[in-house]
Amino acid sequence: MTTHKELSEYELSLLNDPEKRASLKTKDRMAIPPQEMPHQNSVERRNNLEEVAIGYTLEQARIEAMRCLQCAKPKCIDDCPVNINIPAFIKQIAENNLPAAAEILKETTLLPAICGRVCPQESQCQKNCTVGKALKDVDKSVAIGRLERFVADWERTSNLAAVPKIKPETGKKVAVIGSGPAGLVVAADVRREGHSVTIFEAFHKLGGVMRYGIPEFRLPNDIVDKEIDMLKQMGVEFRTNFIIGKTRKLQDLIEKDGYEAVFVGTGAGLPVFMNIEGENLVGVFSANEYLTRANLMRAFDKTKADTPIYESETVAVLGGGNVAMDAARMAVRLGAKKVYVIYRRTEKEMPARAEEVQHAKEEGIEFRFLENAKRIIGDENKRVKAIECLRYELGEPDESGRRRPVKIENSEFILDVDTVIVAIGNNSNPLIKQSTPQIETTRWGNIVVDNNQKTSMDRVFAGGDIVLGAATVILAMGEGKKAAESINKLLAS
Amino acid sequence: MNKILFKQKLSDNVYLMRIHNPLICNERKAGQFIILQLDDDFGERIPLTIADADEKEGSITLIFQVVGKTTDELSRLNEGDKIANLAGPLGSPTHIEKFGRVVCVGGGIGVAPLHPIVQAMKKAGNEVITILGARNKDLIILEKEMAAYSDKQIICTDDGSYGLKALVTQPLKELCEENPKPDLVIAIGPPIMMKFCSETTRPYKVKTLVSLNTIMVDGTGMCGGCRVNIGNEVKFVCVDGPEFDGHLVDFDNMIARLNSYKKIEQKSHKCNLDKYLEQKK
Ligand SMILES: Cc1cc2nc3c(=O)[nH]c(=O)nc-3n(C[C@H](O)[C@H](O)[C@H](O)COP(=O)(O)OP(=O)(O)OC[C@H]3O[C@@H](n4cnc5c(N)ncnc54)[C@H](O)[C@@H]3O)c2cc1C
Ligand SMILES: Cc1cc2nc3c(=O)[nH]c(=O)nc-3n(C[C@H](O)[C@H](O)[C@H](O)COP(=O)(O)OP(=O)(O)OC[C@H]3O[C@@H](n4cnc5c(N)ncnc54)[C@H](O)[C@@H]3O)c2cc1C
Ligand code: SF4
Ligand code: SF4
Ligand code: FES
Repeated sequence: MTTHKELSEYELSLLNDPEKRASLKTKDRMAIPPQEMPHQNSVERRNNLEEVAIGYTLEQARIEAMRCLQCAKPKCIDDCPVNINIPAFIKQIAENNLPAAAEILKETTLLPAICGRVCPQESQCQKNCTVGKALKDVDKSVAIGRLERFVADWERTSNLAAVPKIKPETGKKVAVIGSGPAGLVVAADVRREGHSVTIFEAFHKLGGVMRYGIPEFRLPNDIVDKEIDMLKQMGVEFRTNFIIGKTRKLQDLIEKDGYEAVFVGTGAGLPVFMNIEGENLVGVFSANEYLTRANLMRAFDKTKADTPIYESETVAVLGGGNVAMDAARMAVRLGAKKVYVIYRRTEKEMPARAEEVQHAKEEGIEFRFLENAKRIIGDENKRVKAIECLRYELGEPDESGRRRPVKIENSEFILDVDTVIVAIGNNSNPLIKQSTPQIETTRWGNIVVDNNQKTSMDRVFAGGDIVLGAATVILAMGEGKKAAESINKLLAS
Repeated sequence: MNKILFKQKLSDNVYLMRIHNPLICNERKAGQFIILQLDDDFGERIPLTIADADEKEGSITLIFQVVGKTTDELSRLNEGDKIANLAGPLGSPTHIEKFGRVVCVGGGIGVAPLHPIVQAMKKAGNEVITILGARNKDLIILEKEMAAYSDKQIICTDDGSYGLKALVTQPLKELCEENPKPDLVIAIGPPIMMKFCSETTRPYKVKTLVSLNTIMVDGTGMCGGCRVNIGNEVKFVCVDGPEFDGHLVDFDNMIARLNSYKKIEQKSHKCNLDKYLEQKK
């Protein structure tokens, strides 16, 4: 475990003297050094699933909070997808008033402990933070996510989170399909209005990608469990092993089972493959499969789990997003000696959170930029033995503004690997679409919704990855919030 | 929910269980399967075909062969016990219509998934011929149940202890040579048997369906672990199947993929058996 630096005398005096705090000028605040996140040691953590980022101490959190300038027109709020009142909660941290900080967070977000951990802050709330701008380094922005996490963790570990008030029962029933962040938010907000809510989940465990995709070393299961526990205490009912479209059709929920509104939050669980030679060899996995075995089925715990996981020495992970980082870092933890991440653009274009890329590097993962897989080569038993790649260079920018990768002819080379993990994206899960043809979807299978998250089917709403394509936890939550508002409005009339 | 209502040993290591689950019972169709898991945290999810259903009782019937850890543990549960997790019905149902003459070939435990298909084919007005094959007499299951829906039944054993001393492909070939030849063949059993049944019917251009038993995790199209090559396409067995045109299936790749974890599983099975025996002492 790494410990953080001792606080300086000046910093201590700021913590203890309210007057001194009150007299801080912009210049003084900008001079406070950004507080470093304490981390688990990069060698030790290669062998465990414990969280890598340990979290600020109270002192660190308060000092970091003092770096916030309390801007009159805070850009950070605009850049947060759920518009958390960032300067307000941060101010309370500086003043050591954590209950007030927690209250402010609760006005806008249901899952602060989770978003504080997994939001891509450098491209959201921290992107245009005045401090970061002035210091010309987004890494020096106020660490909003870490502060948000700090408050949520404090509240959770001191068992202070109170069950929200529920309005008198209305006797109306709402069905929520999928227990990912979108579904959880809908359940909470609809339940608060006094409607009864049932969440249907295909898996035996709850939380969606937060459970089966994002590994424990980034988001401990306890945190997801606590949030779900809170919903249970609010009276939300959960039906696991229940696959809408298979166990029961969506229409039947409305026509036969008396649900007055349905929210579809089924996520983007359909792995995309590269369509290259050798992709079905033994030892080629989608990141979904690899991570599900390790996380949901607990295959990491090799002595206890019945579900096996492939034993690898040398692994190539294809892709450059969060999913690729998680798969690569999980492979390290499962004992691989060498892990490559192969990405066809450069580090700058990688969609993964900057922090995860940093962590991956510290854990010894080798990044191979401007390269891409061409085919996978098998041995006589049809098991992976190598991967053939091509080199790329960056050409003109494409529609997304990112420079397009262009392959360099005759640049093939071979890497010896025994495992290939494909992490190039997910399309939307087709189960609902297939069994509910009334719901309009796009060419890519995403459900089409209006501004109120309403689908083409009466009383049916949707949000999260099933609408957005593979997106983020906070965007899924934002859509859930909007959908809940619409459902509450519908049921009020 | 998921209570075991009835348990019966069908042969040396094959068991039948009726399990209470009215939801799955009502929705299921021939050709579909469930995924079950015996322990919330550390259990493996395994797919088993729904061999039958009883709407009055609200139950589904599973027939399984003990091959490894999970099936072994399942076989140790008794009437009254509950299965922790049971999800389904999964997969696309068998396409049932009146084809004419339908030959249904079941090898070993493959007779179990074949059972509801034979029922449905008969009810749809087909002439149904069943061929059941196994290593020896003791391993033939559901003989009577299948006979009840068959216009003709042929039994083969490898050692000749019952019925013909032949592989199932022999009577299958003879039927293909008859006039009229079969309108449809459905073969379910070990991958190698399905491969050779498909090879047998190929020269006669008799459409042949097989039901693939790949390794699965979620069973809902999320992981891609169940993928197989069908012609020039990659398909997911859990959502696109489990039935496919046997003439298009790349069986060699499928068999290799089935063995992905063989080494680890043998280890785990052995360790756990040792533990179990330890406890018994
Ligand atoms: C490995 C990985 C890492 C990621 N890292 C990050 C990150 O660092 N930061 C970030 O912001 N985002 C990250 N994401 C993306 C983020 O997790 C998703 O955008 C978010 O979870 C989407 O939420 P959702 O509620 O729409 O769906 P999901 O979380 O996908 O949940 C959908 C749920 O619905 C269930 N379901 C599906 N079909 C049915 C059905 N027919 N009946 C019943 N239930 C059904 C599924 O089993 C699942 O539990 C990551 C994703 C992955 C895969
Ligand atoms: C759609 C579908 C329907 C099925 N229906 C039935 C059924 O009705 N009755 C029945 O007895 N079995 C059926 N199976 C096979 C059954 O799922 C496996 O026997 C079971 O998963 C083995 O689990 P285990 O833990 O006992 O053995 P493990 O210890 O996991 O494996 C033991 C051995 O079995 C092999 N194996 C592992 N998984 C599978 C698999 N999915 N299919 C075949 N072999 C496997 C392994 O290579 C290993 O050598 C079906 C499979 C599928 C995909
Ligand atoms: S929810 Fe995400 S974007 Fe909003 S403030 Fe928190 S970390 Fe930033
Ligand atoms: S932009 Fe930065 S400095 Fe300004 S209020 Fe937001 S967090 Fe504070
Ligand atoms: S079992 Fe996961 S996609 Fe088929």
